[in-house]
Amino acid sequence: MQTVFSIAVDALAYGMVLFVISIGLSVTMGLMRVVNLAHGGFAMIGGYIASYVARDLALGYGLALIAAVVFTILIAIPIERLLYRRIYGQPELTQVLMTIGITFCIIGIANFVMGPTLKTIPLAPALQGSADLGFRTIPVHRLFAIACGLAVALGLWYAIEKTNFGIKLRASVDNAAMAAALGVRTEIVYAVSFAAAVGLAAFGGVVGSEFLPVEPYYALRYMVTFLVVVSVGGAGSIPGALAACLLLGAIDTTGRYLMPEFGEFFFYLAVIAIICVFPRGLAGRAK
Amino acid sequence: MTEKTNSTLTASAETTRNRLRAGFISRDLYGVAAIVIVAAAGYVLFPDNLALLTRIIAIALLVLSLDLVTGYCGVATLGQAALFGSGAYAAGILSAHYGINDPLLMTLGGIIAGAVAGLVCGIVMLRAHGLPQLVLSIALVYLFHEFANKASSWTGGSDGLSGIVLDPLFGLYEFDLFGHTAYFFGVILLLIVFALLRIVVRSPFGMLCRGIKEDPVRIRAIGASPHKALIKMYIISGAVAGTGGALSAISTQVVALDALSFTQSAEALVMLVLGGTGSLFGALVGTLVFMLFEDFVSAANPFHWLTMVGALLIVVVLFAPKGIFGTVQDLLSARRNRTGETRP
Repeated sequence: MQTVFSIAVDALAYGMVLFVISIGLSVTMGLMRVVNLAHGGFAMIGGYIASYVARDLALGYGLALIAAVVFTILIAIPIERLLYRRIYGQPELTQVLMTIGITFCIIGIANFVMGPTLKTIPLAPALQGSADLGFRTIPVHRLFAIACGLAVALGLWYAIEKTNFGIKLRASVDNAAMAAALGVRTEIVYAVSFAAAVGLAAFGGVVGSEFLPVEPYYALRYMVTFLVVVSVGGAGSIPGALAACLLLGAIDTTGRYLMPEFGEFFFYLAVIAIICVFPRGLAGRAK
Repeated sequence: MTEKTNSTLTASAETTRNRLRAGFISRDLYGVAAIVIVAAAGYVLFPDNLALLTRIIAIALLVLSLDLVTGYCGVATLGQAALFGSGAYAAGILSAHYGINDPLLMTLGGIIAGAVAGLVCGIVMLRAHGLPQLVLSIALVYLFHEFANKASSWTGGSDGLSGIVLDPLFGLYEFDLFGHTAYFFGVILLLIVFALLRIVVRSPFGMLCRGIKEDPVRIRAIGASPHKALIKMYIISGAVAGTGGALSAISTQVVALDALSFTQSAEALVMLVLGGTGSLFGALVGTLVFMLFEDFVSAANPFHWLTMVGALLIVVVLFAPKGIFGTVQDLLSARRNRTGETRP
C-alpha cells in the first residue's frame, strides 16, 4: 500500500512536469507544424538560469523561477526570428536537421559556459520537507509540481477556450491560410505562442529539476521523451497531452519502481502499442 | 506505312533506352571509380588511421540503408541503428557464442539479422505516418537497445560483446592489427552493395518506391500496393544496414550498445541529409564529410566539437537545403545549361 501510494504520487508529479514542459512543444507542433527537437534545450536553459540565480546569486526560488522564464524567452526570440522562421512549412527532415543542429549548439555552449557537472536548484524553505496528510506524508515539492501542472493546464484551457487570442490561435491551428485571409495576424500568433511555449518549457525545466536533473546533455536525453509525449497525445491537443503525460508518467514511474533493471523497456513498449492502436495520437484528429 | 513508322518508333525508343542505359552504366562506372579512388587515396594518405576509414565505410552502409527508406520511399526514421545494431550483434554472437569465425559467414549472419529486423521494424513503422511514425522509429530503437542491454548473457550488456575471433578471409588473409584486411574487406563490401543498390533503385521496383514517396494515393490507383513495396524496401534496407553492422563487428572485434543507440540513428540521418537524400552518392558524400569533420573537429577542439557540428547543420539547412551533393549537382547542371544556351 505504501509503495502503491508513493508510486501514484511520484507518477502524478512526474506526469505533471512532463506536461508543463511538453505542452508548449505540442502547441507549436500543432500550430506551426515544426518538429522542434530543440524544445528540451529551452527547458535546460531555464534550469541553468534558475540554478545560477538561486544558487550563485542566492536570490531565492521565486525570483529564480521568474528570471528563468523571462531570460529563456529573451534568448529564444532571436533564435525564432533568425532560424525557426526559415523552416516553417519546410519538409520534416529539414526541420529535424535544423533543430538537432540548434540542440547540439545549445549543449555545446551550455557545456562551455556552465561546465559539465550537474546543477542543482535549491528549493525555497517552504517547499522543502514533507507534508503530513494524516495517514501518509508527501514531499511538499511533489505537491508543488502537481499544483503547477494543474495551474498550467487550467490557465491554458482558459486562454485557448475563452480568450480572444485563443480563438485566433485555434483558427490558425485549423487552417493558417484561411485565418490569415480573415485578418488574423498569424505571424504575431506564431511569435506569441512560440514565446509562451518556450516560457512554459523553462518553467517546467525549473519545477521538474528534481525529476530531470539539469546537465548539458539534458537537451538530448529528454528530447525523445517530450517528442514521444506529444505524439502519443496528438499534436496541438491539451487534453490529449495531459492524458498522455499522466499515462506515460505512470508507466515509466511504475516500471522504475518495480522493475528498475528493465530501464525504459516498458515505456517504449507502451509507446509502440499506443501509437499502433491510435496512429494519430490519443486525441488526434483525422486530417 | 504505319508499320514502318511503328518499327522506326520502336527502333528509336530502343536506341533511346539503350542510350539511357549506357548513360546509367557510365554513371555507375564513374561512381565505382570514384569509390575506388577515394578508398585508395584514404589508404595512401592515412595508413595509420585505417580503423577510422573502415568505420566510415560501415557507417556509410548504414546511411545508404537509411537513404533507401528515407530518400527513396519518404519514410522519415530516427531508428535505423536498430537494423545496423542487429547485424552487428548477429555477426558478433555467431563468433563469440557459436564459434563461427569465418568473416563471410558472419557477414551473411549480419545480413540476415538485419533483414529480419528490417521486416519487424517495417511492419511496425508503417502503421503510422508523419510525426507518430518518427516517434515509433525512436521507440523501436530504444526497445532494441534496452533488450540488448537486458539480454546481457548473449550481448554482454553495457560492457559490450567481446570475444570475437576471426579466421583469415578466404583462409588466406589474416585480419592484422593495423586493419589492412578489414579495410579492403570493407571497400569490397561497399562496392558490391553500391553496385547492387544502383540496380535496385533503377529497377521498376525502385521507381515504384519513388512514386510512393511522391503520391501514394496515385500509386494505389495504378493498382500497386504501397505497403507491400515499402515492406520489401525495408527488408532490403535492413540487409544493407546489417552488412554495415557486421563489418563494424568484424573490423573492431567488439560490439558496443552504441551500435543500437538513438544517437547513432540521429547521426546517420544527419549525414544523409547533409549529403543529400534520394541519391546514393549523396549518402556516401554526407557520411565521408560528416565523419571526417567530426574526427577533425573533435581532435582539434574536444570542448567545442558539438557546437561546431551543430553550427554545420544549421549552415547546411540555411544555405544548402538539398545537401552537399544535391547542391553541387544543381550548380553543375545550371552551369551546363548556361554554356548550352550560349552555344548555337
